[in-house]
Amino acid sequence: MKNSVSTWMHKRPKLRLAALLAAPTLWLVVAYLGALGALLITAFFTIDNFTGNVIAKFNLGNFHDMLTDPAYRNVVLRTLGIAISVTIICAVLAVPMAFFMAKIAKQKSQKILVALVLTPLWASYLVKIYAWRTMLEPNTGVMDWILGPIGIHSPGFGGPAIIIGLSYLWLPYMILPIYAGLERLPNSLLDASGDLGARNFYTFRRVVLPLIFPSLVAGSMFTFSLSLGDYITAQIIGGKLQMLGNVVYQNFSINLPFAATIATIPVAIMAIYLWLIRRTGALASL
Amino acid sequence: MTISKRARYALMALMGVGLAFIYVPLSVVVINSFNSSRTFSWPPSSFTTEWWSKAISNTGVRKALSWSLAAGFSATLIALLLGTSLAFAVSRYNFFGKDIISLLVVLPISLPGVVTGIALSNAFNQEIGLSTGLLTIVIGHATFCIVVVYNNALARLRRMGTSLQEASMDLGANGITTFRLITLPNLASALFAGGLLAFGLSFDEIVVTTFTAGPGIETLPIWIYNNLFRPNQAPIVNVVAATLVVVSVIPIYLSQRLSQDSTSGGRF
Repeated sequence: MKNSVSTWMHKRPKLRLAALLAAPTLWLVVAYLGALGALLITAFFTIDNFTGNVIAKFNLGNFHDMLTDPAYRNVVLRTLGIAISVTIICAVLAVPMAFFMAKIAKQKSQKILVALVLTPLWASYLVKIYAWRTMLEPNTGVMDWILGPIGIHSPGFGGPAIIIGLSYLWLPYMILPIYAGLERLPNSLLDASGDLGARNFYTFRRVVLPLIFPSLVAGSMFTFSLSLGDYITAQIIGGKLQMLGNVVYQNFSINLPFAATIATIPVAIMAIYLWLIRRTGALASL
Repeated sequence: MTISKRARYALMALMGVGLAFIYVPLSVVVINSFNSSRTFSWPPSSFTTEWWSKAISNTGVRKALSWSLAAGFSATLIALLLGTSLAFAVSRYNFFGKDIISLLVVLPISLPGVVTGIALSNAFNQEIGLSTGLLTIVIGHATFCIVVVYNNALARLRRMGTSLQEASMDLGANGITTFRLITLPNLASALFAGGLLAFGLSFDEIVVTTFTAGPGIETLPIWIYNNLFRPNQAPIVNVVAATLVVVSVIPIYLSQRLSQDSTSGGRF
């Protein structure tokens, strides 16, 4: 019996494929894509000012409000600025670390370093931001205690704190793809460049950087997109500062259609970003 | 390698600075859980284990932990089933819309959590009238966990090829036996790595959970978030935070022992 079922299935590859695809496709298309589509449609609805219920009448009012109110433009620009700063900081920190891990550290310490960089990925997101609350607390925080004596003081809670916190959260996502890219880069290329008379930095700029550029872009996808939609970090260490995610979060319970309208911004920005980088080969090196 | 000694030392120093940047805040959390002062002024005034014993008997923490475990295991199970069958379909067959499917599966982790969160919440409440609870949390988590299982399974299936299965079939085993004795054992470690990462993602998730959890349910991250700004709960929050930092070593240890190809857990 078991044998005959197996044979029967074996003769019907299309049926096997359909059986494999049915559940995942149904889940992703119906549960996920359906929900996203419904949200997008809601963005064109309004709410009844008295009852707060959603009125399903198609109009562009929300988009008009969003595009004409300078407050939202500021939030978009601020969020973009934060996401770009975080990406740059992560790249600047990650490149030397990844280079050390891939090309200088001995085989044995290489494994340990990779584990050390990976471990914080598994530590809770909230705990890490909470840790920075303790670090950055003005006057009584750890940062003032360690760096105060040499004249560096905590920036307090606000924009710089958000940038530090988000860079901290996403740094491993930048290190790992660059490390993987450098591992694939043959040492002989560095030797050849050195033999031809290039100094360290020149080799780095003309040989290493162009070759690891796709990995750098791959890492930036994480640091940029994860920063773009974040709102919890801003709530915990951002003081009164708001990011796009905070605006979505606040409107969610009072004006769902408008929250949906705002939510289209990070999605649109990510779509543009992915379109821009599709040529770099970063998507293939993910 | 022709890297000057000075550059080597400079890079080593930068590595050290980077690691300090990563580990100082985490150490502060662990140290603070033993800080006897209620306001957590730094440096700690004296050492105590009082908060640890209080946290262990705290019912809120225990309840939150059990919700988190329930959600994590259920979401991981669904992700394993759906992710693996999708990986089989993509690696072994050609079909119309294959590219779209492989894009669709990454979408839930590429889009901001807040977008996924409000989309699912809107769908549950407005479109299908499903009341929020553990079920809706699991649906939300499973949606973004599928991709990590899928990535791990797909990489392994591609590397495995089909020759072993063909050999098994040539020797007379039927499809089910081949799957049980050949395919599954070869796939097992990749599925374990994927499942581990899926569980980790679910266990740590807060944004999607905020929008899909019912009013009575607090997962561990939600519990931490709700108690973060309550001064009298601060000692307990510190202990929970310190525990989560220490426990994060376990999955790294497991995945490093398991195989080299899964240390990044297939996030990349």
